[in-house]
Amino acid sequence: MTASPQTPGVSLGMPQLPAPDFPADVRARLEADAREVIARYPDSRSALLPLLHLTQSEEGYVSRTGIRFCAEVLGLTTAEVTAVATFYTMYRRGPSGDYQVGVCTNTLCAVMGGDAIFEELKEHLGVGNNETTPDGKVTLEHIECNAACDYAPVVMVNWEFFDNQTPQSAKAMVDDLLAGRPVAPTRGAPLCTYKETARILAGFPDERPGAVEASGGAGPASLIGLRIARGETPEHGRVVHPRGESAADTEEGE
Amino acid sequence: MTVTTEMHENGAPEKLLAPVLSAFWDEPQSWTLETYRRHEGYEGLRKALAMTPDDLIAYVKDSGLRGRGGAGFPTGMKWQFIPQGDGKPHYLVVNADESEPGTCKDIPLLFANPHSLIEGMIIACYAIRSEHAFIYLRGETVPVLRRLHEAVREAYEAGYLGTDILGSGLKLDITVHAGAGAYICGEETALLDSLEGRRGQPRLRPPFPAVEGLYACPTVVNNVESIASVPAILNRGKDWFKAMGTEKSPGFTLYSLSGHVVGPGQYEAPLGITLRQLLDMSGGMRPGHRLKFWTPGGSSTPMFTDEHLDVPLDYEGVGAAGSMLGTKALQCFDETTCVVRAVTRWTEFYAHESCGKCTPCREGTYWLVQLLRDIEAGKGVMSDLDKLNDIADNINGKSFCALGDGAASPIFSSLKYFREEYEQHITGKGCPFDPKKSTLWADTEVNA
Repeated sequence: MTASPQTPGVSLGMPQLPAPDFPADVRARLEADAREVIARYPDSRSALLPLLHLTQSEEGYVSRTGIRFCAEVLGLTTAEVTAVATFYTMYRRGPSGDYQVGVCTNTLCAVMGGDAIFEELKEHLGVGNNETTPDGKVTLEHIECNAACDYAPVVMVNWEFFDNQTPQSAKAMVDDLLAGRPVAPTRGAPLCTYKETARILAGFPDERPGAVEASGGAGPASLIGLRIARGETPEHGRVVHPRGESAADTEEGE
Repeated sequence: MTVTTEMHENGAPEKLLAPVLSAFWDEPQSWTLETYRRHEGYEGLRKALAMTPDDLIAYVKDSGLRGRGGAGFPTGMKWQFIPQGDGKPHYLVVNADESEPGTCKDIPLLFANPHSLIEGMIIACYAIRSEHAFIYLRGETVPVLRRLHEAVREAYEAGYLGTDILGSGLKLDITVHAGAGAYICGEETALLDSLEGRRGQPRLRPPFPAVEGLYACPTVVNNVESIASVPAILNRGKDWFKAMGTEKSPGFTLYSLSGHVVGPGQYEAPLGITLRQLLDMSGGMRPGHRLKFWTPGGSSTPMFTDEHLDVPLDYEGVGAAGSMLGTKALQCFDETTCVVRAVTRWTEFYAHESCGKCTPCREGTYWLVQLLRDIEAGKGVMSDLDKLNDIADNINGKSFCALGDGAASPIFSSLKYFREEYEQHITGKGCPFDPKKSTLWADTEVNA
């Protein structure tokens, strides 16, 4: 795994003192959550990945305090926890934005326009890969294939799907995020913050009314084979613009 | 070649497709237990519980169902390998870590129809005598995680999970587990290490997971689509299943069409359909363009060209043509796409995702990226092409797990079919392609 550029600078002086603990009330609350997570597994160590998500739901990234917490509740060393936390790309290594905007630049999405979207977003936001806007709202990164190739090019925000994106639609979307306007994905639930998303990843169901139902059963590309099998004519070549642009704009060019 | 609409000689698309798992994805609330039951949901489970576990394993084996995660190993045989009466707990782990570039079938399946997986898991656990099963879902798909949480909750509430399932005395718990971003965790032993709370690195085999898997106990690891296919086999019968597909690759499966095509999406069809048939029924390549190269089953399967349009997309057919069926991720690229760019990007992916455990993969993918970046930027020399082949050869078959083999596939196959294009980058000192022409909006902008 490639180390994130957010890794704090290496100090060659005195070894770091042990990380501070969470405040007592936070610690008590997280411990109660942790007990619930651990109870799902025959072996407590299996709870480590969810618990790292849980610490991200508290701090927005995996801090040394979060690592200490996981180590203490699971009876591991902080070195063992750090080894795991640094292996997986979803664990952030430093404070980051409320919204993690990931542009797929794996081959298919890149070719279909993901590279252009990523370049334009970098310029538009004034940040590089894995950097956060000064207001702490948006962290931009390029991501690997997210299993939505039939909706390419794909952008993920807090791991909800924004399908069939263009540079224009992606820029309009991040503008909405920066302005604090509500944003809904093409597939998934209206965006919550990164911390709230991390709590779902820790295994605590999304309690917001309508979150499970949001955006319906399946997206249009998922249904194309079914429609053809029924003898219907699918809407070919439709570019889905979730935000701002009308479908008519794209059909003119066909 | 240009794919035209001369499809009628191949038969009507209604006859070529076979929606089973996707048959009701367009219902307004397709993911709910209520909808699933209206479509004969949990009927397969009732039939399974009427059999003995051993008869059930034999039945699934007889159906000929093969793993849909890429390798195509017979599902029933995997179940049969679990030792019985050994006094250890047994586990079922569903691999929902769908991350192979191009692969996008399990995520829409779980989003639209999660109960097919839950029902399949209950059947599988009854067969292998397991009381605790896990769904290892890649973490980057929160919309699917929500629906799995909800489907499991509904299943407990309805008495399909928990104790005394449907009055049978059977007990089963399902834990939904979200990963944290690592392609390698799709490899079954790396997945098990990850599920045990460790770095996701593959294990040495033997022992195989069937003997020492999760917590060193007998474990079946199956792909989502494999398990989700089981209820329909039980409900409608193995003969119905075997009537589809070919003798060695029976049944239906999800094909995922993507790239420069008019109709990207999911197509559920009997095994053995061809890309030409799929393109014919779905409008072909985007207007004015022709197919250049495609993958039959994700980036780890050697690429094909337009000469392979009529290869039957089943395990044997694709294998005989020099590739692998893989995940049936049909990524189609047209003539505007630079193959060097495509392969460079895939190779960067493998280098990023290499877990670092074994030297050929860790070092080999790194050096492949260096060479490819130079070639793409016009800084390569002719001897680099043999060097690429040589490094890929040192990774392929010499790595700890299949990630290394997957990394070598696009190198070998692209050099086989498009060596001239690599040479053009070297002699022309740069890439002759305009990436703007490959974008989804390229032709819209030109014509508007």
